[in-house]
Amino acid sequence: MSQIYKTDELIASDIDAYLEVHQHKTMLRFITCGSVDDGKSTLIGRLLYDSKMIFEDQLAALEADSKKVGTQGQEIDFALLVDGLAAEREQGITIDVAYRFFATEKRKFIVADTPGHEQYTRNMVTGASTADLAVILIDARKGVLTQTRRHSYLVKLIGIKNVVLAVNKMDLVGYDQTIYDSIVADYTAFATSIGITNFTAMPISGFKGDNITANSENMPWYHGPALLPHLETVEVDATSDQAKPFRMPVQWVNRPNLDFRGFAGLIATGTIAQGDQIRVLPSGKTSHISRIVTLDGDLPQAVAGQSVTLCFADEIDCSRGQLITAAGAPTEVSDQFETAIVWMDEAEMLPGRPYWLKIGTQTVSATVGQPKYQVNVNTMEHLAAKTLDLNAIGVCNVTTDRAIPFEAYGDNHDLGGFILIDKMTNATVAAGMIHFSLRRAQNVHWQATDISRENHAGIKNQKPAVLWLTGLSGAGKSTIANIVERKLARMNRHTFLLDGDNVRHGLNKDLGFTDVDRVENIRRVGEVAKLMTDAGLIVITAFISPFRAERDMVRAMMQPGEFIEVHIDTTLDEAEKRDVKGLYKKARAGQLKNFTGIDSPYEAPETPEMRIDTTKLSAEQAADAIIARLIP
Amino acid sequence: MTQSFTHLRRLEAESIHILREVVAEAERPVMLYSIGKDSAVMLHLAKKAFYPAPPPFPLLHVDTTWKFRDMYALRSKAAEEAGMELLVYQNPEAKARGINPFDHGPLHTDMWKTEGLKQALDLHGFDAAFGGARRDEEKSRAKERVFSFRSTNHRWDPKNQRPELWHLYNARKAKGESMRVFPISNWTELDIWQYIHLEGIEIVPLYFSAPRPTVERDGLTLMVDDDRFPLNTGEVPVMKSIRFRTLGCYPLTGAVESTAKTLPEVIQEMLLTTTSERQGRAIDKDQAASMEKKKQEGYF
Repeated sequence: MSQIYKTDELIASDIDAYLEVHQHKTMLRFITCGSVDDGKSTLIGRLLYDSKMIFEDQLAALEADSKKVGTQGQEIDFALLVDGLAAEREQGITIDVAYRFFATEKRKFIVADTPGHEQYTRNMVTGASTADLAVILIDARKGVLTQTRRHSYLVKLIGIKNVVLAVNKMDLVGYDQTIYDSIVADYTAFATSIGITNFTAMPISGFKGDNITANSENMPWYHGPALLPHLETVEVDATSDQAKPFRMPVQWVNRPNLDFRGFAGLIATGTIAQGDQIRVLPSGKTSHISRIVTLDGDLPQAVAGQSVTLCFADEIDCSRGQLITAAGAPTEVSDQFETAIVWMDEAEMLPGRPYWLKIGTQTVSATVGQPKYQVNVNTMEHLAAKTLDLNAIGVCNVTTDRAIPFEAYGDNHDLGGFILIDKMTNATVAAGMIHFSLRRAQNVHWQATDISRENHAGIKNQKPAVLWLTGLSGAGKSTIANIVERKLARMNRHTFLLDGDNVRHGLNKDLGFTDVDRVENIRRVGEVAKLMTDAGLIVITAFISPFRAERDMVRAMMQPGEFIEVHIDTTLDEAEKRDVKGLYKKARAGQLKNFTGIDSPYEAPETPEMRIDTTKLSAEQAADAIIARLIP
Repeated sequence: MTQSFTHLRRLEAESIHILREVVAEAERPVMLYSIGKDSAVMLHLAKKAFYPAPPPFPLLHVDTTWKFRDMYALRSKAAEEAGMELLVYQNPEAKARGINPFDHGPLHTDMWKTEGLKQALDLHGFDAAFGGARRDEEKSRAKERVFSFRSTNHRWDPKNQRPELWHLYNARKAKGESMRVFPISNWTELDIWQYIHLEGIEIVPLYFSAPRPTVERDGLTLMVDDDRFPLNTGEVPVMKSIRFRTLGCYPLTGAVESTAKTLPEVIQEMLLTTTSERQGRAIDKDQAASMEKKKQEGYF
């Protein structure tokens, strides 16, 4: 059995002195990157064991488990300590992010343990997002592999500045220095090519304990630090955050009574003191700090990393989601960005569909453009892509529905990192990192015109509206829409009918029927319909428009009350029985892909303005009902 | 001039951030208060997070009627000092059926705690519940998110948890769904003790050693806290100097023999001990991976 890491005699002899020392420990969060075969779990198990984080009852269970399911014969299989969930044990793989804790007398450590396979890229990105340091494991027998490149690229992408290259399993290559040197040379060449300029390499054996807690006698040729001493002393850049300009996203407005109004938050960067001038973004209002309030008394000054409550000298507007900055050094504010996106959901990204974007403490609606390119995480090649699938990483433009204060991710993780949330399922579907603001938002101005939309509608003596007919293919949308327009024309109304099939011959002829293209199809039709309502027209549309999210997106484009969603409702059986265009037959025969109702979903409206049951009403009756709703 | 932070100050700031995020985004948050040391720390952090306002949510104790008497005494005192409403819930069905740890085994935990918790959350319509669980306690907890999403019937699906990046927590949910939120996820047992010591937080006296009446059952030293404890014929409780590392239902919580009467002594003992904290909990040993299974069923 290897040596136990520095048992602290102080515990037994002078507990008060021990506590005094341990209250001044710092903290280091790190991630281990490697696959099962690299001995990652074994290394973490070893660190826990050597720092005395394993108790006797756990050790007894471990010994029993090692004999039963272990892969190390009669020896203790440290990997079993950290392979958590029962399902994972059965499969022999780690499928999630697990957090482990251990401490030495200098530091408390939090290890994010994540799987290394390509299908778990999202888990590694998640674990890396809070890490100060990354340990990249290489199997000494195998050298730099595709997965090493992938892990290193992700570490660079997430912006971890401290990298340790741990060449593991040195015991299995006879502790050979030439093997180690050649691996380090290979890695240096690769790392430089992706912009990792600084890393610490070390030869170790997690299984045997070489160069873990102390320098190993098996490798006298190695003069660098052992792993644990290195982790204990490596400089964490937490203090460099304090040197940056002051930024604090407002989490919550504390207003217990009329005499107190404080703004609670976690300081992202910089320092703040009583009397400092501040500026609230995006409003730009300024004031100065009157108090820094905590339960333990007012502070003269607070710094990055502290959770505080700030009071202003003036009553200026400030609420959750806004950013308090140093008055003289505010951040940029923008609504269009170039970003790197890591897609994390089973359902692919849909360019043009609105998602919730959460950045700092603010949540706004945002759309993602078609990727400029996708990155092959194994080769770093740029690939053309129309969308991003689970675990794909790409560069995309993001547009928010209002301007938000931000900083580039490279400068500030708290103000440049964001997540995307699906508006229907509420799942976290992506992580994103802002590269820079696209100045387009500031350069494309809205040209004011003299004839307003009210003038346009007034000349026509009508109120503009969008009658949005949605339903399965064959439900009768086009037929009903046509009758509605004929009847409105007879009533001297100025109308225009946008029909799904017709639009696909021109405006949208570049689009197919994948989910991505369906979303873009509806977005364009929505924009056209919006222009037509500005021109004062009554627009009638007949599109399957299968997704709730896009119908809601079009609704949000229009003036309140102008969007009238009409569900032309029929059962799939009935629509298939009619099969006017013979499309259902083709779809059933497999000749037509992505057909709504067959192999592509239809999300019925939950609360449409109108629902037309075509099994009860004729097309004429349906048209009359719609007109009665439009012109009461 | 830069300040460097101790690990406890970093943990404190992170926990306060989490508490505030929930209050800002949830409609009806509640804090599950179990009266143990972890709850004590969580409550203390809540006071800090919202000062000078009192924490803007109630405390909820899902009671089994079988807690130690000392715990009930601290319960009302702590709520009152924090200026918070205290809700106590006892599963009426468990009460009516007289479910108890002596006769009903695992059913006791299931009915009083798991079912009781679900009923209490549904009754009040709470959509976010703070819990004092830590990732270092048990293997399945190591993978628990800080914001743990639960379906409408409170189930935890370990394969369908939301990724948590940076300090960004996704608290969005549909009607009927809820979140369990664990603000002290990244604290270890030692962190908890050190923080209690540093901040002078009041905890239940049972954590400190004193002479108490005990009997032995299945290898555990149990305290005879009231006359509901079924003694064998002729059995007389033995006075022993004991304390507890965790607190739960008294007939299910094993004591350790100890002379530690002060916090530093307790910490000293903890650091020199050779068994893990949950070892005294009968509930975890019911079956392999038992905690994971309980969590899926809705145990917090």
